[in-house]
Amino acid sequence: MEYVIEMLNIRKVFGNFVANDNITLQLKKGEIHALLGENGAGKSTLMNVLFGLYQPDGGEIRVKGKKVNIANPNVANDLGIGMVHQHFMLVDTFTVTENIILGSEPTKGGQIDIEKAEKEVRELSERYGLAVDPKAKIADISVGMQQRVEILKTLYRGADILIFDEPTAVLTPQEIQELIQIMKALVREGKSIILITHKLKEIMEVCDRVTVIRRGKGIGTLNVSETNPNELASLMVGREVHFKTEKQPPKVGKPVLEIENLVVKDARGITAVDHLNLTVHAGEIVGIAGVDGNGQTELIEAITGLIKSESGSIRLNGKEIRNLTPRQITETGVGHIPQDRHKHGLVLDFPIGENMVLQTYYKEPYSKRGILNFKAIYDKARQLIREFDVRTPDEYTKARALSGGNQQKAIIGREVDRDPDLLIAAQPTRGLDVGAIEFIHKRLIEQRDKGKAVLLVSFELDEIMNVSDRIAVIYEGKIVAIVDPKETTEQELGLLMAGSKRKEAGVSS
Amino acid sequence: MSENRLTNILVPVFAVILGIIAGAIVMIISGYDPIAGYSALLYGAFGDRYYIGETIRQVTPYILAGLAVAFAFRTGLFNIGVEGQLIVGWLAAVWVGVAFELPKVIHLPLAIIAAAVAGALWGFIPGFLKARFRVHEVIVTIMMNYIALYVSNAVIRSVLSDQGFKSEKIHPSASLRSEFLQSLTDYSTLHYGIIISLIAAVVMWFLLEKTTTGYELRAVGFNQHASHYAGMNVNRNIILAMVISGAFAGIAGAMEGLGTFENVSVKAGFTGVGFDGIAVALLGGNNAFGIILAAVLFGALKVGALEMPSAADVPTELVDIVIALIIFFVASSYLIRLVLTRFKKEGK
Ligand SMILES: Nc1ncnc2c1ncn2[C@@H]1O[C@H](COP(=O)(O)OP(=O)(O)OP(=O)(O)O)[C@@H](O)[C@H]1O
Ligand SMILES: [Mg+2]
Repeated sequence: MEYVIEMLNIRKVFGNFVANDNITLQLKKGEIHALLGENGAGKSTLMNVLFGLYQPDGGEIRVKGKKVNIANPNVANDLGIGMVHQHFMLVDTFTVTENIILGSEPTKGGQIDIEKAEKEVRELSERYGLAVDPKAKIADISVGMQQRVEILKTLYRGADILIFDEPTAVLTPQEIQELIQIMKALVREGKSIILITHKLKEIMEVCDRVTVIRRGKGIGTLNVSETNPNELASLMVGREVHFKTEKQPPKVGKPVLEIENLVVKDARGITAVDHLNLTVHAGEIVGIAGVDGNGQTELIEAITGLIKSESGSIRLNGKEIRNLTPRQITETGVGHIPQDRHKHGLVLDFPIGENMVLQTYYKEPYSKRGILNFKAIYDKARQLIREFDVRTPDEYTKARALSGGNQQKAIIGREVDRDPDLLIAAQPTRGLDVGAIEFIHKRLIEQRDKGKAVLLVSFELDEIMNVSDRIAVIYEGKIVAIVDPKETTEQELGLLMAGSKRKEAGVSS
Repeated sequence: MSENRLTNILVPVFAVILGIIAGAIVMIISGYDPIAGYSALLYGAFGDRYYIGETIRQVTPYILAGLAVAFAFRTGLFNIGVEGQLIVGWLAAVWVGVAFELPKVIHLPLAIIAAAVAGALWGFIPGFLKARFRVHEVIVTIMMNYIALYVSNAVIRSVLSDQGFKSEKIHPSASLRSEFLQSLTDYSTLHYGIIISLIAAVVMWFLLEKTTTGYELRAVGFNQHASHYAGMNVNRNIILAMVISGAFAGIAGAMEGLGTFENVSVKAGFTGVGFDGIAVALLGGNNAFGIILAAVLFGALKVGALEMPSAADVPTELVDIVIALIIFFVASSYLIRLVLTRFKKEGK
């Protein structure tokens, strides 16, 4: 009995769109098996089939050699299959333990035995080094911790086969390292893991084997020890991929965005941006590097008008835009790729076509005298879908049905197409495959070369170093250093982000 | 896509069939003959010209009440206050109908507009409170229903009559009644309101699906954060949605005041039309065309039921049970969807 899971020739069709076309994936006991493929290749679909959320239209699934029919997630649970979804499914107002036992509550005399449950959760948490407090409320813990709660949920239900769907996309670099340790501990205890990730570095670091799929078709399974990131990238994309984007030296022009002494409070009324100064010029990309929670989100939301700021000044092309409405700011020439694409970026229940005119629907040619012109709207949508390679059955499909990466490409297409003087990109490549990342970086650089100002916020130091012309390090709501990416190292940036003072030079912008 | 649309149609149809079957079972258990009962119902709704006229007359306010609920629902709001908005609309329409004497081309539209404005105002208040203070619209609209009922009664007693129970009859120039329609339907109370309600259905569809205003309203209904990001004024749209919804409800009241009754009387309780509008909207899938069909069903059930006691000895309460069962099955459409997908699987 070599394989714990065998998915043989799995086929899944949506309408007349083939999402999985005879894919085979075999998972050995005790291995970490990567599932690699472009955005929209069909990875989540395949895993949803294994977890019983979708019924396959063809092929068979075997668990420990036995042919099974996984009609729903409960059957998957009984077979020892657990899934940690990309978007967590937790009740915010419940405690960790309450969330974990939800649906399989231990009872004593008709009442929930919360103490017993807490004890079990604590034991599990210690055994795998998860360090989760069983009594904490979900709303009060970090995203990384919430993910661990999801992991505990599957372990509590006795899963020995775990599916992780892009677990690292929402984590900070530090949290990713911790997750990797947890996964290693899990396989040591005899669990088997299927890991979906776009980060080739992670695959090389923790996985034993990798199955590559491209546009719904299985390309093959390789031993990680016998391959390298370049080979993996070209296998999944079908062409050569450049990890480092080529670019000319910037032709820096006049200041476009000028921020002076900006103060912004967060939702709890605590100062998040503290007398911040920053200038972004035409023709340059300024990257903001910093540990999550140092005021990046509030800074962006204040610039774009999503939240009000306390004091200071924000000028765009010399015009004061602080505390204007989002529409006024958009119209002065600001594009914004938001950090949370589901919350801000898209109306998920609108067709992808209607999402493409979210800020421009009231202008010609998309409408005239208050009447929408659907032909113009869908023409635009088709053009952007083609240009930005958004993989979707058609432009009438609800945004919700698109794969995560393709939703992101749609947003980027919409924002870049408006041709703003200032483009703010917050985590623009989160959850994107290497091919798409290369594409997005090229588009950002293209905007810069057209003489636009680009402000990039990212937790990925690689990305910041690669794309930016200048790096502004943010710490506790202040820009503490401006460095040249060619003259710095990840180590130095890491130290600055942690708040250590820079020796030479000072802060200037 | 088209598969989805098919289930969207099949689900309410199945709900209705299940409701009728369950109603038959209830009749059998209570010792009545379901076939005689349903034949009487059918006859009472469509049996001759008079009954058809009465049914259409009943369908009229149902369409408008359903549109009012659906409009709010499509924009993410739950308007339980259609009943109250209808009552103030009725009052305003009759008031204008009684107080002025004008040429028909001015008087009738004026009375209808007055009803729309009154309903809109009644919708504005919960909309404003939601936008400004985040007070939940369900609570406010329920309270507004009671305020409408008692304010309307007080006005009828002290302003529209001399401590009486009903207002004077409206001037003919404000009436929706028509000799022609009445003679066509054997002197039923059928009036021109049906045309207004059908126009309103087209207006709702057009407004939501084809205009920038509708685009904004739908966007805000689905995702307020994204709408804010996109530069829409979320609060303004919440208020606007409630105002338009209330206007539909107010016009529903005008249908009663200018067409069916031609006056307004002191009410001991709610008319129920506004609440039935919730069921109409639900059954009609919150879509203008579906609402017309659902309103026809509800109107037929309501009018046809009047025939059941005399022709089949079945008490009218049973029809209320059937209606309730249909609503129950629509609400549990999840169940029906499940059964449908099972069937499809096996059919393959
Ligand atoms: N419910 C659905 N209806 C229609 N199409 C769907 C549905 N779910 C997924 N698809 C389509 O199937 C394809 C595969 O989607 P899937 O979510 O499996 O991609 P993925 O490999 O997980 O991509 P990503 O890396 O971007 O998350 C996409 O093109 C998507 O648009
Ligand atoms: Mg996915």
